[in-house]
Amino acid sequence: MAVQMQAALGASAKRGRLRLDDSRGVLGFVFMLPAAVLLLLFLTYPLGLGLWLGVTNRSIGGTGHFVGFANFRSLLDDSVFRLVVFNTLFYTVVASAVKFGLGLYLALLLNHRLPFKAILRAVVLLPFVVPTVLSAIAFWWLYDSQFSIISWVLVKLGLIHRYIDFLGEPWNARWSLIAANIWRGIPFVAITLLAGLQTIPPSLYEAATLDGASRWQNFRYVTFPMLTPIIAVVMTFSVLMTFTDFQLVYAITKGGPVNATHLMATLSFQRAITGGQLGEGAAIADAMIPFLLAAILFSYFGLQRRKWQAGGRD
Amino acid sequence: MAAAQPEGMDYLSSLPRRLVTVYLPLAIMLFVLLFPFYWMATTTFKPDAELYDYAKYNPFWVAHPTLEHIKKLLFETSYPDWMLNTMVISVSSTALSLFCSVSAAYAIERLRYRGSHYVGLAIFLAYLVPPSILFIPLATMVFQLGMFDSDWALILTYPTFLVPFCTWLLMGYFRTIPYELEECALIDGASRLQILLKITLPLAVPGLISAGIFAFTLSWNEFIYALTFISSSENKTIPVGAITELVEGDVYHWGSLMAAALLGSLPVVILYSFFVEHYVSSLTGAVKE
Repeated sequence: MAVQMQAALGASAKRGRLRLDDSRGVLGFVFMLPAAVLLLLFLTYPLGLGLWLGVTNRSIGGTGHFVGFANFRSLLDDSVFRLVVFNTLFYTVVASAVKFGLGLYLALLLNHRLPFKAILRAVVLLPFVVPTVLSAIAFWWLYDSQFSIISWVLVKLGLIHRYIDFLGEPWNARWSLIAANIWRGIPFVAITLLAGLQTIPPSLYEAATLDGASRWQNFRYVTFPMLTPIIAVVMTFSVLMTFTDFQLVYAITKGGPVNATHLMATLSFQRAITGGQLGEGAAIADAMIPFLLAAILFSYFGLQRRKWQAGGRD
Repeated sequence: MAAAQPEGMDYLSSLPRRLVTVYLPLAIMLFVLLFPFYWMATTTFKPDAELYDYAKYNPFWVAHPTLEHIKKLLFETSYPDWMLNTMVISVSSTALSLFCSVSAAYAIERLRYRGSHYVGLAIFLAYLVPPSILFIPLATMVFQLGMFDSDWALILTYPTFLVPFCTWLLMGYFRTIPYELEECALIDGASRLQILLKITLPLAVPGLISAGIFAFTLSWNEFIYALTFISSSENKTIPVGAITELVEGDVYHWGSLMAAALLGSLPVVILYSFFVEHYVSSLTGAVKE
């Protein structure tokens, strides 16, 4: 299908060529200009500037000069930074894995024949639509040490005897933030995977069932392989968003207690903007890039797999 | 929708079985996903006496609804200013991004100038650059350009994540418009600009709405740039204002905080409810391409 489209486009492009060739380059340049100027100025240039700032000792109000890898060396010796890298990886791995599991489960549930399906789908997406910081404030209130409704219900049910100190204990705080992140991320995973599920032809399930496949086998050998390419892309986005998360942490704990919930993004904000050490903050932001590249490569190979699954060449 | 009936074999399972395997887990999931909003709304309308006394009042219900928290928010804080700022910034940056994205996507997909394939790829990569690694260098630039603490700082920087997203989405959309339509117009003597304005754009309206809605909610939600580039209270956006200005010392006024969260979410939720299909198609379209 895609190949035919390409061929058709190629052929029609050739037909139109006589008329267009002289103006195409110029027109292309003019049409690209607004987007190119904006992106080069505010995306490409700052990306380079960020890398440069990471190897300087620039501070807010100061000029700063080149210091080589001094920032990175001092970060490696910095126990706070090492803790923060651990926090970030832990947060990303746990939250992404649960988001994937529950998101896929929710997508499979929504893929059943249900009454009010359109409304259900619209409602499920709400946590993703509402501004993160504002829903984070609601979680902050849900996690209040004195008036948490969660603690209140658990006490009433007799499951616990003392109110949970959600945000005061390092591990409690980590899990609380992960729960909030999962809550916000599930709808994105579920709705995009649901879109993928709907493209799987029902005849495949019928054929598999006739061949005696169980429910699990249907899922394992039909649904999952058909869904792999979209899972790869969705999870790359999910991992990227989780890894670079800033809002939830800033809104709920500001990195506390004792740096237990600081992520790389919030630490970089704290050092660069609150603390004024732009160079050091930029170095922390730069340290995120290798992880992001790894995630993008993963996405690239995920997309590669799509080709042979669609029957194209490898 | 070619695959409208993927649930084609559901009739094979009985109702009690479906109750346990489908409806019950779905109900639990929905409860968890929606409870924070319910809590946000009830807290907004509870008077302080009820808010902090679970023994006397059932916490799940509002015994004496009050508008006190909303009144305080609207008349004693800069909340109306934040609302206006957020609106102006979101609309402007969305309009700017749509303009840039439409022409860029048209050039990449339809003019197919030399190297357009690589530019398309670069746009996708730009889409993956997170604001968390750009805000420090951008802060220094914003300061040098004299835009610090002004709306312009945000209107011009939000397109860094909106333009790649919108362009990518619109490229996919333009691809679905038959090339033959443009050829006909070319033969009839239309210029490239006329073709874009009179043929391609009218056909791409659903795609434009999708991109616009999504871009608007993304700008409304944006936090880290607004936190970094804006310092004075009256220039802040809702998310930043709510978290930095409404908390006075250690005293949390949960009533007005929740009112701020509720009122700040309403505009996007209302917009979303009118354009759910467009929103979903832009969300899934961006991943499916």
